[in-house]
Amino acid sequence: MKFSLSWLKEYLETDNNLDEILHWLTMVGLEVETVEDQAQLVKDFVIGHIVDAKPHPDADRLKVLKVQTGTETLEVVCGAPNARADMKGIFACNGSYIPGLDVTLKTTKIRGITSNGMMLSEHEINLSDDHEGIIEVPSKLETGSSAAEALGLTDIIIDIAITPNRGDCLGIYGIARDLAAAGIGFLKPLEIPEIIGAFESPIKVNLDFNDSDKDACPIFTGRYIKNVKNRQSPQWLKDKILAVGLRPISALVDITNYMTIAHCRPLHVFDADKINGGINIRMARAEEKLLALDGKEYSLDETMTVIADNHNAEALAGVMGGEKSGVSEKTINVMLETAYFDPVRTATTGRKLNLQSDARYRFERGVDPAFLRDATEIATQMILDICGGEPSEVITVGQEPDWRRSYFLNSSRIKKLGGVEVAPDRTQEILEKLGFEVSKKDDGWETITPSWRYDIAGEADLVEEVLRINGYDNIPIVPLERVSSLPQGAINLTQDRRSRTRRTLAHRGLTEAVTFSFLSTDHANLFGGSPKNIELVNPISTDLNIMRPSILPNLINAISRNSDKGYNNTSLFEIGPQFSGENPDDENIVAAGIRSQQAKSRTWNEISRQVDVFDVKADVLAVLDQLGGPVANPQIMQGAASWYHPGKSGTFQLGPQKIIAYFGDIHPAILKAMNINIPMVAFEIYLDNAPIPKNTVRTKPPINLSTLQAVERDFAFVIEKTIAADQVVRAAFIADKQLIADVTVFDIFKGESVEAGKISIGITVKFQPKEATLTEEEIESICKKIISNVSKQTGGILRG
Amino acid sequence: MMDSIIVIKSEFSNLINDAENIEILEEVRIAALGKKGRITSLMKNLGQIEPEERKLMGQNLNILKQDITSLLETKKVELETASLNARLLQERVDTTLPSRPEELGTIHPISQTTDELISIFGEMGFSVAEGPNIEEDWYNFTALNIPVDHPARQEHDTFYINAEKDGQRMVLRTHTSPVQIRTMQKHEPPIRIIVPGRTYRCDHDATHSPMFHQIEGLVIDEATHMGHLKGCLIEMCRTFFGIENLPVRFRPSYFPFTEPSAEVDIGCSFGDGILKIGEGDDWLEILGSGMVNPRVLENCGVDSQKFQGFAFGMGVERMAMLKYGIPDLRTFYDSDMRWLKHYGFQPLDIPSLVGRASL
Repeated sequence: MKFSLSWLKEYLETDNNLDEILHWLTMVGLEVETVEDQAQLVKDFVIGHIVDAKPHPDADRLKVLKVQTGTETLEVVCGAPNARADMKGIFACNGSYIPGLDVTLKTTKIRGITSNGMMLSEHEINLSDDHEGIIEVPSKLETGSSAAEALGLTDIIIDIAITPNRGDCLGIYGIARDLAAAGIGFLKPLEIPEIIGAFESPIKVNLDFNDSDKDACPIFTGRYIKNVKNRQSPQWLKDKILAVGLRPISALVDITNYMTIAHCRPLHVFDADKINGGINIRMARAEEKLLALDGKEYSLDETMTVIADNHNAEALAGVMGGEKSGVSEKTINVMLETAYFDPVRTATTGRKLNLQSDARYRFERGVDPAFLRDATEIATQMILDICGGEPSEVITVGQEPDWRRSYFLNSSRIKKLGGVEVAPDRTQEILEKLGFEVSKKDDGWETITPSWRYDIAGEADLVEEVLRINGYDNIPIVPLERVSSLPQGAINLTQDRRSRTRRTLAHRGLTEAVTFSFLSTDHANLFGGSPKNIELVNPISTDLNIMRPSILPNLINAISRNSDKGYNNTSLFEIGPQFSGENPDDENIVAAGIRSQQAKSRTWNEISRQVDVFDVKADVLAVLDQLGGPVANPQIMQGAASWYHPGKSGTFQLGPQKIIAYFGDIHPAILKAMNINIPMVAFEIYLDNAPIPKNTVRTKPPINLSTLQAVERDFAFVIEKTIAADQVVRAAFIADKQLIADVTVFDIFKGESVEAGKISIGITVKFQPKEATLTEEEIESICKKIISNVSKQTGGILRG
Repeated sequence: MMDSIIVIKSEFSNLINDAENIEILEEVRIAALGKKGRITSLMKNLGQIEPEERKLMGQNLNILKQDITSLLETKKVELETASLNARLLQERVDTTLPSRPEELGTIHPISQTTDELISIFGEMGFSVAEGPNIEEDWYNFTALNIPVDHPARQEHDTFYINAEKDGQRMVLRTHTSPVQIRTMQKHEPPIRIIVPGRTYRCDHDATHSPMFHQIEGLVIDEATHMGHLKGCLIEMCRTFFGIENLPVRFRPSYFPFTEPSAEVDIGCSFGDGILKIGEGDDWLEILGSGMVNPRVLENCGVDSQKFQGFAFGMGVERMAMLKYGIPDLRTFYDSDMRWLKHYGFQPLDIPSLVGRASL
């Protein structure tokens, strides 16, 4: 909401300076966004006196001027048809900035003649669109004096942000009221002229609604004015309109804009001679057409309110007038409309038609339903003053909607909610100055809301009114009381596990990324697919149209983009949600990661190698170790989800159902479908599937630090290729759970010396005696048991 | 006899002195003190000497043996040192060569900033609550006092999905505030939670991303008032930015779910196009806050006559951008390795208020 300081002061009598006004605007909740000193815009420009104007020798349309600037006389090349000797205008010297052209002037040669500056048009100072000729100022003005004063650009323009609840401050008078309540001066009462209509309006107005639509326009006020002259507005009105960033059009239009800005009271003026019969305010008909003032034709529907004549819709209620019945310089008789339109319907109409306007902006936030008659009188007076004419009697149809709401403010409530003591007299004064009707009771105040404050809906709102006008700065700062003297831990086990997973993976060399929760249906389908239910109705692009069933596609694409930029061998992970449906339980927090290309880059002391399934298996195990509990020791199964290489992937699970993690090479067909040609291995860890331990015993079992020497023995078994190494290891382990401390695979061998279809697996078994040193016989006996266990469970034969 | 001792001593002294390596020195030792060595032989022959000479001779021979032994030891150490030095010279490597490569990943600024804020609020007794990304219209809007036709709804640029609940399309939550509702429905006051999480708005330009992160806070009990809101948030801002006297301003604003509402600004300057936090005459908005609207409490079944409290919300990316000077919002989700390495954090850089003087 833009307004000028001088306009504000027409309603607010104040001795406060600009800084105080700006401070209090923000501190009552009308946040100052920009402050512009008009004079700053033209500070480089002065009154220039053209002492000579000759035709340019080499250009028909150009003139060569001699301009006195107050300090010197300069030659200026000018194309303005109105430039002539003895005229005074606005001169811009070289080096000055021309806002309308967005250029800084330099000495230039135009057709062989050097131009040392510029005589300015209104367009070049952003005063209007007029660039037909240069500005002419009265010759009595002193050459070289400030352009700002000559142009009347001495105002301060303030732009404030208005929150959606404060429609009343979309008029300067409302802003003045808030400031006055805060003690920044006094609000001047509005002077309402009393205009006696000499005749009855020849145009009749009818509210043509069903009961269900009646509230679309509960009241309409208007007036017929005949024999007006729709001329250019006087300069004072033009200046006002320009100052708030609007363009002066014609007096009648400017007056409606004036009422909008000054009083948040959008009006409409019809050319009465274009109205066919009477005015009917009704719901639009399906597919009824309206050519609006913005030059576009809109197709309406039955939810939209229109102002129509006997034949056609002539205006979209609360949003925009129609082209056909709009006023022009030829207009003689007018119909002034001051109506109240339903905020919700106005907003819906504007949204459906994608049509924004100053009127809609105000109606959808709610204009003052009790300020129709007075507004009509003020606007009529302005029309009569500027355009002449004779007014009819005021037409009023319908009834003022009941806006009175009553709320009780308990006197203890301000301190209880706001934490600040406000004197009872001050409380009452604030509410009264804001326009509430207030009556003092024993324990508080009975209030009736002002007609313009539809946002007040309870006691808490009254507390806010008092607090904000009294100043939030006056609320004492109180530390939040500690619930306990020591913090009790902010995160639970699930959240802690995510945090550990994050830092574990980063420590293992993967870099954390954050990618969007949505992706394309194509990518979703490659990774198991997402149900139609979680497709976005209004995605920002078709590439981001469905909730992701897996994090991997986003990471794969990210790795590929990095590789395209020359950043190779990258590893990324993300911890975030993936979705299988719309219910809260269908969201799973997953830690997913990708390693790509070379595991070790080629250096002088390391041999490079490609990433493989065991890199990501290690990532998963490192995380599972962090999660603790039973997941630290899960079952492993060959193979994983469909987007993994079936032979180079594995699954960790707890029991037959609970998947803890997948890992492996990405399926080559998936990479191909995604247009990726670099090798990638991946993992997905389902963090939410890790069981929460039931009892959190923190004590650990005692440790037996045996002084007896551990013994190691190596075995090599020949097994079928299809037998999992893990089976051999487990078979060896269970030979003596007490004694065997560790079993590791140290060799896998296939070659000529091993039968086709078989492999040799070498394991080291570590025995840790606890009570006495093992004898050779004891060792021999366990070894036999290991060999027989492996043979029984895997068919493995000890290699000779 | 005495003469020969002097000669032997001088002879072996020279040999020891001239020994070039351990092997030669060993030969000298054997020649002098070995089983058949000269000094050993002389000592063996002592028996044949006249008894009165024997004592003196014996003493002298012992001295000779000690002297030669000592010379041998000294020379041995000298030779070993020289040999070790020669070997070490041989073994020299160029230590300016790079070490074996080890890759350390980084933590994303969104995670780090979230953890920082959790550590601050954790000290104040808040615990972390979470809720679903896909939300019911009622939780995201209606319960928060944003009815269907409310203008604030339009400002939310909501993403809708196909699924419906109670005849309304489900939404991607536009803020973390629905978790306030879910928490109040589930737990009796007192409540003190913060809610970090992903949020979504249908808007994509230089300063808007369709997905971003918020941290929401909620305190509900019988006594918490607006003075506490100020105290809590001032403390948070000053600790987060590590600026002890950071100016913090509370300014009236509007949110449907709080009444009274306040926006929170921190002091800054924009001189020469560079943002400096903590100094200057300008203000930068960083938080929305307010006392929870009684209607929101009632919507959750909380007695608004008895209970009250405040709520606040902030953008995690914005907090990160301001604290760490990250210029562009959209780059957070690009996964550009250069960016992630540059703005990311070391894995062991775990935010903690007791770990360092400031975060």
